[in-house]
Amino acid sequence: MSWGEGIASRFKPGDKVHVAERYPAKGHFRTPFYIRGKTGVVERICGQYHNPEELAFGKYDGPEKVLYRVRFDQKQVWPDYHGHSADKVEIEIFEHWLEPAK
Amino acid sequence: MHHDMGGQPAGPVNTAAHEIEPWEKRIEAILRCMQLRDPPIVTVDELRRGIEELPPKLYDSLSYYERWIASLTNIMVEKDVLSRAEVEARMAKIKAARAKEAA
Repeated sequence: MSWGEGIASRFKPGDKVHVAERYPAKGHFRTPFYIRGKTGVVERICGQYHNPEELAFGKYDGPEKVLYRVRFDQKQVWPDYHGHSADKVEIEIFEHWLEPAK
Repeated sequence: MHHDMGGQPAGPVNTAAHEIEPWEKRIEAILRCMQLRDPPIVTVDELRRGIEELPPKLYDSLSYYERWIASLTNIMVEKDVLSRAEVEARMAKIKAARAKEAA
């Protein structure tokens, strides 16, 4: 069985995605600040899970959201990155934080 | 947000192994017991949200498991599982017993 089999997802592995540039003042979010507004490529679909943004406030039975592993170039994430130009960072991000990249 | 520190200047990371105190293990165990109830009394997401809600000064002054204690206490009060007065009364009782032991 491959990852994400049977999951109705908006994106598929290889798709270019843009992380939403939202900065809500309150709440619990698993999308780190440093990756918002960056563009990466879907590496895999990790599955679908209850939304931590709801779980964090005691709502345990909300709809499940698709979780992706997204791969970013370190050089794009950190303008002053001094490591190898092929270095990547992979972050797991829920679908509602992703938009198709232009 | 204060807790979301990825990429900020932070200095070297201390990678030395350190002892876990008995009270820290107890907090870890209490969280698991609360999480594994069906339905759970608390989720790790709530624990994390409670830690993130600590004021920055307090967040910085507390150790890892002290943050857990602060968060879990606030969430138990928020969910009406315990009242702050109950927590404080229990703390006073333990403190008095310890003082008696030490005397």
